Amino acid sequence: MVSSIANLVMVLAFAPLLLGVINKTKALVAGRTGPPVVQVYYDLVKLFGKGFVVSRTTTWVFLAGPVLSVVAPVVAVLLLPLAGRPAWLSFPGDMLLFVAVFALARFFIATAAMDTGSPFEGMGAAREVTFSALAEPALLFGMLALTRLSGSVSLTGMLDIRTAGAWQRASASVVLILASWFIVLLAENARVPFDDPNTHLELTMIHEAMVLDHAGPAFGFILYGVALKLTVFAALLVTLLIPARPGGGALGLALLVGGLAGVGVVVGLVESSMARLRLVRVPQLLVTATLLAGFAVVLLVR
Amino acid sequence: MTPTTLELLAVASALVAFSGLPGLLLPAGSRAVQRVATWCHVLGCALGVSAAALALAGSPATARFAWPLPSGALTFALDRLSAFFLVPVFVVSGLGSVYGEGYWAEAHHPKNGRKLRCFYGLATAGLALVMVAGDAWSFLVGWEIVSLAAFFLVTTDQDDAAALRAGWIYLVSAHAGTLILFAMFALLRDATGAWLLAPSVALGSSPLLRPILLLALAGFGLKAGVIPLHIWIPDAHAAAPSHVSALLSGVVLKMGIYGLVRVLSMLPAYPTWLGLALVALGITSGVLGVILALAQHDLKRLLAYHSIENIGIILIGLGVGVLGMAQHRLDWAVLGFAGGLLHVWNHAAFKSLLFYSAGAVIHETGTREIDALGGLFRRMRFTGAAFLVGAVAICGLPPLNGFVSEWLISLASFRALTNASGGVAMLGAAAAAPALALIGALAVACFVKAFSAVFLGTPRGPHATRDVADASRSMRFSMGALALSCAVIGLWPNGAASVSRRAADALLGTNAGPAASADLRALGGMPLFLLALIAVAGVAGMALMRPTALTTTWDCGYGSGGPRIQYTASSFAQMLVRLFRWAVLPDEHRPRLKGPFPAAGQRFESHAPDPALDRALLPVFARGRSLLGLLHVIQAGRIQAYLLYIVVTLVVLLAWSWSW
Repeated sequence: MVSSIANLVMVLAFAPLLLGVINKTKALVAGRTGPPVVQVYYDLVKLFGKGFVVSRTTTWVFLAGPVLSVVAPVVAVLLLPLAGRPAWLSFPGDMLLFVAVFALARFFIATAAMDTGSPFEGMGAAREVTFSALAEPALLFGMLALTRLSGSVSLTGMLDIRTAGAWQRASASVVLILASWFIVLLAENARVPFDDPNTHLELTMIHEAMVLDHAGPAFGFILYGVALKLTVFAALLVTLLIPARPGGGALGLALLVGGLAGVGVVVGLVESSMARLRLVRVPQLLVTATLLAGFAVVLLVR
Repeated sequence: MTPTTLELLAVASALVAFSGLPGLLLPAGSRAVQRVATWCHVLGCALGVSAAALALAGSPATARFAWPLPSGALTFALDRLSAFFLVPVFVVSGLGSVYGEGYWAEAHHPKNGRKLRCFYGLATAGLALVMVAGDAWSFLVGWEIVSLAAFFLVTTDQDDAAALRAGWIYLVSAHAGTLILFAMFALLRDATGAWLLAPSVALGSSPLLRPILLLALAGFGLKAGVIPLHIWIPDAHAAAPSHVSALLSGVVLKMGIYGLVRVLSMLPAYPTWLGLALVALGITSGVLGVILALAQHDLKRLLAYHSIENIGIILIGLGVGVLGMAQHRLDWAVLGFAGGLLHVWNHAAFKSLLFYSAGAVIHETGTREIDALGGLFRRMRFTGAAFLVGAVAICGLPPLNGFVSEWLISLASFRALTNASGGVAMLGAAAAAPALALIGALAVACFVKAFSAVFLGTPRGPHATRDVADASRSMRFSMGALALSCAVIGLWPNGAASVSRRAADALLGTNAGPAASADLRALGGMPLFLLALIAVAGVAGMALMRPTALTTTWDCGYGSGGPRIQYTASSFAQMLVRLFRWAVLPDEHRPRLKGPFPAAGQRFESHAPDPALDRALLPVFARGRSLLGLLHVIQAGRIQAYLLYIVVTLVVLLAWSWSW
């Protein structure tokens, strides 16, 4: 119980650090000092202290986007088994709720963007819903493969596949799932090569373009939601990757933290070493991710 | 002995069937016409719902009437499966009648209001007849009543050329479907030895099984709108009055599903190929339906294509269920069937809700063109919120009802992978979950587009800026009731799942309760928990996000944006339509712009005619017609000439017979 609470608090409190790790990695690779790792906390404090400038065009839907962008990853965290401990909420079919809450958040973030009547935000919203539609089947195929491996239909069961055994029995499938889900992580969290979180050239942005009109505390909600969502997806990968079940406790927590930081460094390295893809290439990469995960299923259902 | 639920249902159907008749005696345009019709109709529907509820809780009832027909007797049977389908018939029809008070007020439509109310009642009664038919004859009689009444409903506005065209296309395809059903029932009678629609052991070993099932897929698929047999759906839904569109989409399409399910219930065993075919048809209809919806500019055509998508989802559920039965795995078979059947209810609820709110928009603005609207949320708060509820529900998102049924079907797909042996059945079932995810995510794209282009942003033209008010009280009542039912099913998934499980049991002739009870009830309080969390976060958000200043939307400091710079519905969908242009086959008109100041009035345009109807069927028919036109040379309309043909033919035939 104590370690479950520790895991939950760890994820909720330290999620913004992950963004800091990515930015620090990118700065170091580029030979800069970069902002401190805790910069995102400073940003959040500043944003929540600011006033909230709202467009006259908007309705209450504009506020629903930021709210749901935090709610969705919080629900997802409750469904994830962290550091060898079972999830807070675990039931048959919980992986479908995991996917659906992010879809719900996407619906309202995109609607909030459209609520402003801004062409930039329309552009961002259109791209977001397009790319996510292609990323979702990849997530599902990966989960199907894990169900086949573990015989379980809930996240707690399928991610605790005694991964050591799964690695030996079906290493090819696990590697394919990991590769596919890493692409999904980059796409769903608007990272390079799908989107560049640094750019302020609206025409090339996806996520940042959607939230142009969210100011002050609303942007604070969005920023925290982004950090949390990235952490959730990274935790999904880490849980799958750690080849032995640590059984909770300090060791589990240490492995989780180390793994999350590792994912942050890898994302940072990817961003330092490659450029954004042209928009027309993005669907191709996402279809590739779906095919990789689909191939993992086919390997297991011979 | 006549059981009471059937008697109650007979009274209800009679009330509904004749609800429009008194109005014919009253002067056109008078308020009394709609009052009498609506009250009769609502009373009949209330009785019908209670009869269905009693039948859902109780045991099956049958009644036979001797009848001097080749069939010998007319049989009516009301089991849980029939009752399950009767609920949406009476709920949607009753609420639609209330909605019609405001939407098609007699005072504004003296010319066709009475006709509409007459056939509206008749169609509803016909639907009830189809659902309780116990033999092929009564089934086909009900089927024809619905087909004909629906033709007059679609062509309510008889002066509208588009409505007439839609009506004819509907009539032709409906009767093509009926012909297929004649053949199907004839074969069925051969295989089972009776006209009865009851489980038959002989059917399992009959060599006719495969043709029967293929004919059933074609005949019922034509009514349900399975791609590529969906040709009548978009035009008919767009042209009909909105509460008729809701009836068509919410229940008339389900008549096809009901027929299919009834035939399935007669089978003693389920072949794997049937499950695979259902899943394949379902995925095709689901994905292409939503893709075609994305490409539409007409609000009601968009919703019509989403009906095709949802029929696809229902078929996926039934297909996964059939595969489970073929593998003798009752646990995922029941999940699939329960999910597919529950989606019948859910689709009736949220699609009718969407048609009602779209109808309110059309009623106020006078246009169905999405790109002519915008910014209506401020003046149509109730309608906008109702549309939003319907949109979230149809995308299969928690905590509303669409999520519950899609969750059941996906869970069945996951359960299939825990099967010990692999094989093609497992692969077919495994395809369901990712396909549903893709369909759901594309639906999100489509409904973000539809909702925001119509209700958000700033008005794009005179239609949206003219005197627009929220929907009238009767229309709001119907929308509110449906939105509430979406929420109730979504927040209390166990109740809905157990009702649809009972219907699935009636279908399969089993008691599958224990096999899947844990899975069926697994969702439990999760939607409620999610709603509570959203509420808490919403309150926190309201406290933290207090607007301190109002300004314009960020426009790079340019300062003269105007509504034309907004993303339109077409531009929103452009990327996805591009990606799937091999399926949509859009007509694109790109003028070549010349010089630094191109001439005014040149604009990019893109239309998405229906690939099956406009691209394939109509050209083929037109070609056929012109070929057959050659026959006009000999068919000139002179009787003497025709007599000559007959004489010549006879002589030739005689000469031919002598020569042998």
